[in-house]
Amino acid sequence: MLLEVDVEKNFGDFQCRIAFSLKSDKCGVFGPSGSGKTSLMHMLAGLLQPDDGKIKLNGLTLFDRQAGINLPPDARRVGVVFQHAHLFPHMSVKKNLFYGLHRIPLAQRNIDPDQLIMALQIGQLLDRSVAKLSGGERQRVALGRTILACPHLILLDEPLSGLDGMLKYQIIPHLRRVFAEFSIPMLFISHSLQEMRMMTEEVLVMQHGLVEQQVPTEELARTSHGSGGRGYTNLLHLESPHDLGKLLSYRWGEVPLMLVKTENPAAGEFGLNSRDILLFKKHPEATSARNMLPCIVRKTYQTDWLVGVELDCQGNTLIAEIVPQSLDELDIRPGNRIVAVFKASAFQRLY
Amino acid sequence: MVSLSPADLQAINLSLQVAVTATILALPAGFGVAYLLALTDIRGKAMLEGIVNLPLVLPPVVTGYLLLLLFGRHGWLGHLLGLFDIRIIFTLRGAVIASAVVGFPLLVRSIRIGLEGIDRQYIQASRTLGAKWWDTLFTITIPLCSRAILAGTTLMFARSLGEFGATIVLAGNMPGVTQTIPLAIYQYTSTPGGDSMALSLCLVSILLSFVVLLIGEGANRRLARR
Repeated sequence: MLLEVDVEKNFGDFQCRIAFSLKSDKCGVFGPSGSGKTSLMHMLAGLLQPDDGKIKLNGLTLFDRQAGINLPPDARRVGVVFQHAHLFPHMSVKKNLFYGLHRIPLAQRNIDPDQLIMALQIGQLLDRSVAKLSGGERQRVALGRTILACPHLILLDEPLSGLDGMLKYQIIPHLRRVFAEFSIPMLFISHSLQEMRMMTEEVLVMQHGLVEQQVPTEELARTSHGSGGRGYTNLLHLESPHDLGKLLSYRWGEVPLMLVKTENPAAGEFGLNSRDILLFKKHPEATSARNMLPCIVRKTYQTDWLVGVELDCQGNTLIAEIVPQSLDELDIRPGNRIVAVFKASAFQRLY
Repeated sequence: MVSLSPADLQAINLSLQVAVTATILALPAGFGVAYLLALTDIRGKAMLEGIVNLPLVLPPVVTGYLLLLLFGRHGWLGHLLGLFDIRIIFTLRGAVIASAVVGFPLLVRSIRIGLEGIDRQYIQASRTLGAKWWDTLFTITIPLCSRAILAGTTLMFARSLGEFGATIVLAGNMPGVTQTIPLAIYQYTSTPGGDSMALSLCLVSILLSFVVLLIGEGANRRLARR
């Protein structure tokens, strides 16, 4: 995908001046409420007309004020998944799903509906009325509806923020699987860095109607979360669960890890905060923590008031955050050996 | 016992004809105006709204008189229609126009409230899914405000059945030609000994209005269940 945007929009008390060029198929727009994310989305989809500028998608001009071009939303092939799904309430799930597909010329239908329905696991919902769906099911159907319209780009407008807790993360594997399987470029709009990290590779950071930064998502996570006071969340994909009585053992790549037992022992994605990790120069002799991982320091970097330490744990990457004094005392430098220690209860299951 | 003369039956027939025609004619225009007021950012909205609502606040006789000036032989619309040999005043067409104009604000008001209640993101979703504006209108907008359209239509129909003031000025009170139920009742009440005949037609009028509202409510419930 190649998306080139350079637009201006004046709302009186708020001005948007958005300019960027994106190549990655997995992009995000990150920023607080009122930073212009939704205005950008509306301008891309043709739901809001910019005052000036240009929008081009894969070389096709969607908007160009000087040339007098402004394609209507139905001609842009830019799909939108809304925050609250907005399934048409007077239609069944099936009719909602096929609404866009039926409006696309046969020759341009490049998505197999059966394959998509299977990937989203919504086959059993087809004959239901929309009112009887749960929040997660709604979002899956809304995503299916948008994809079946065969768009060249999908805009996801905070699709998870209407869902609570675990449900939010449960839908992420569906999203990832579908976008990978059907290779559709997307722009994921969110104010949650966690979601952004799980869905995107590159991010536009918006603030006050401007694009402040365009950075790899991982880089944004390392710098901004550190300064946010909450620490960086390591995302660990843990497999091969094994019941050890009061503990569960998992494998993180080649590394064995111990976690406290929970109701759901299945493999999945877990979060581990960088500030819950202790670093030791030598292997500690006796400790209550269940996980002690010999690592090699890859690099260190400064966050606002802490130091981030990137560790190599048998090929896996782990980020710990420590105060600058510890850095000197433990002589933490690239290439040095160190032991990372964390408790079996430090993990948070994401999905 | 209700006894109805052939003239009464004719009046009932004419009333139904006028109400049905006025409602059918006003519906597309009413929807169009409500759409402009609710979903677009056109200039002069306040002006348009004022004009549409005028018949609601003016005495119907005044509305009738203004229509008479407009459609009379020297009125500009009357003159224009005269070129095609179409007469409005003192014809059934006049009764239809009078009913349509007086009931119009009720229709527009109901539909407008319905349209304003539609979450715009449904319309936006439809457009981004590849539907052109008219496609969205028929598959999303109209179905989502169908209950409001029904309510407006019912109200307008019932109002048309009872229209008196504007009709008598524009269409006159000619039995068998323009005499609807209210005009017939008026004539009976001003004729010595016509009281029982007036009462019979009153009962018919009540019954008709009641049936219309009942049908409207039934249809409304069906739509709500959908």
